[in-house]
Amino acid sequence: MIALGQFLEVLIGGLMSGVLYSLVALGFVLIFKASGVFNFAQGAMVLLAGLALVRALDLLIANGFPYWAAVVLGIGFAAAIMAMTAWLIERFVIGPLVNQDALTLFMSTIGVTFVLEGAAEMIFGSDVYPLRLFPTDAWFLFESLFPGGILINKLDVWGALIAGILVAGLALFFQWTKTGRALRAVADDHLAAHSVGIPISWIWFVVWLVAGLVALVAATVWGTKLGVQFSITFLALKALPVLIIGGLTSIPGAIAGGLIVGAGEKIAEVFLGPSIGGGIEYWFAYVLALAVLLVRPQGLFGERIIERI
Amino acid sequence: MLYRETGQFKTAYAQDMAIFPIRQDRIGLGILLGIAFIGVPLLATFHIWPFGRDYLLWAILLPFLVLALAAIGTNILVGYCGQISLGSGAFMAIGAYSAYKLGTGVHIPLAWLGFAISIPPLPVLASILLGGLAAAGCGILFGIPSLRIKGLYLAVATLAAQFFFDWVFLRVPWFTNYAPSGSVNAPELNFFGAVVQTPVERYLLCLTFVTVIAFLAKNLVRGNLGRQWMAIRDMDIAAELIGIRPLYAKLTAFAVSSFIIGVAGALWAFVYLGSWEPLAFSIDRSLQLLFMVIIGGLGSIMGSFVGAAFILIVPIMLNLIPTELGVPLSTETITHLEFIIFGSLICYLLIKEPHGFARLISICKEKLRLWPFPY
Repeated sequence: MIALGQFLEVLIGGLMSGVLYSLVALGFVLIFKASGVFNFAQGAMVLLAGLALVRALDLLIANGFPYWAAVVLGIGFAAAIMAMTAWLIERFVIGPLVNQDALTLFMSTIGVTFVLEGAAEMIFGSDVYPLRLFPTDAWFLFESLFPGGILINKLDVWGALIAGILVAGLALFFQWTKTGRALRAVADDHLAAHSVGIPISWIWFVVWLVAGLVALVAATVWGTKLGVQFSITFLALKALPVLIIGGLTSIPGAIAGGLIVGAGEKIAEVFLGPSIGGGIEYWFAYVLALAVLLVRPQGLFGERIIERI
Repeated sequence: MLYRETGQFKTAYAQDMAIFPIRQDRIGLGILLGIAFIGVPLLATFHIWPFGRDYLLWAILLPFLVLALAAIGTNILVGYCGQISLGSGAFMAIGAYSAYKLGTGVHIPLAWLGFAISIPPLPVLASILLGGLAAAGCGILFGIPSLRIKGLYLAVATLAAQFFFDWVFLRVPWFTNYAPSGSVNAPELNFFGAVVQTPVERYLLCLTFVTVIAFLAKNLVRGNLGRQWMAIRDMDIAAELIGIRPLYAKLTAFAVSSFIIGVAGALWAFVYLGSWEPLAFSIDRSLQLLFMVIIGGLGSIMGSFVGAAFILIVPIMLNLIPTELGVPLSTETITHLEFIIFGSLICYLLIKEPHGFARLISICKEKLRLWPFPY
């Protein structure tokens, strides 16, 4: 018999780490919605943002800046780097490929991934850099109800909080600002948006910039959890099943998909893993995504895919 | 001047439909095969420049041949049938491990039925080909989702195959014959009594496999089946409307592609690596194969060779050139530079020449045919 307390602990832990997957998946959804590009480079962008931030922080603190100033300047520096990256990508890769089919664009973002990974590590170094922006100790809840209580990591709570603020901010941005509306127009129809005078290349720059900033936020949380290192790019691969499950075009879907994947893989690992060898976490999300694809190809929240000749 | 078809009249339909209708192509291919089958082994046996040491044969030609074979397999699926796959590495692994199991003997105890299935160790040739067949079976299984989904969604489905099989070969000890380190050794390469051992023999073995399979693939893609694949690639709904069965076309593409990739995986493990672990077939391998196909040319058998050569040679050049120039770079910098150069090349090629090097070659041929006229 599985103790309820243990189950709840695993479930909550899974949900919280699912939120972190959602943070990465959000970046994908933003770009896909606005430009139809499936951005394989999101993981590399998280790495780049994280490395820029952590190296700037180290340098500033070593030079005697107070901690708060270093954090502000470091985040500003990383944001500037992401803005530059967004401009370069739009100018040299996505811009010239306008109106190509989705597969070509996807493959070009694989190319971008390699460039970003190589450049980020060459400029900022390729070691593991610890980042300490959020507390990482744990809380014990409901100790009176369950023996030992339920362990919750403070970092996960911070991550959930940040994800919530981010989604609310993005929703407001898309709904109420002029640029946000232009973004939605471009997402609906490039050509129509272009013909009513929306500057497409500017919009795409904004989209990549926003995705870069989301990557920066994801990097602060993931960097605190794992340290900023190369393996952070594999997050991008983990975010793919999250997207498939939630639906490629839906921001709430990215959150829901993340929660499902996070909780599902933790529960499978703890309760199913020991009987078939462990390490299920490695592939569980993908097989779950495969199952969802077979039943509902557009994902749980995605728009129905309609094809015309 | 040399490349002109004037005077080559086709007097029968068979000539019109020949695999290489132009005489110069046939002669060129003959010379190439002659060099590969006779010239290179002779030079290598007597250690004549550039085969002074076994480096060129062992570190460049052998991996080039095997990876070119895998690239042909990937190209059939991605380039001809348009089903993007990030799982090629997994199918190489399936080929390698199935061939390994068959080559060392299979024993499946079925305790609840009261008996066990035992297969004695098979000859190497049989186990390599059956390894390919096993990969084809798994390819069909993971190709089934392609009937409902396509494009990027399918890429995620193939990614599922990649991670699942990575895990299987890492965690299920049965596949590695309970080797404690997880690394396994290939059985002796005994072909009907002849043992393949030296680099030259290994090279000839791979070359034979590659030549035979490349010709088969070339014939397949210009026949009925290949045209069905290309119709599906260009627009699947339209293809369905003109009477092509997507089920049959897509699953055959998955099967043929996985078979070739599986054979390549078995060769990679048996002939090139000798002893290996699952890491040899990770997601990086899949991406590498995808790049070979993109850079070489989607939908071109020859492009697979060019792409494989390019992807293998660039890192070696990056190692050599700075040393020659007197500015040796650290291995770390070289890895990063390699990443940047590959990435930018892929972007550049996708923008400037979406059909890869193969397209450049055919443009050159076209120019030669018309030379000295510009049109």
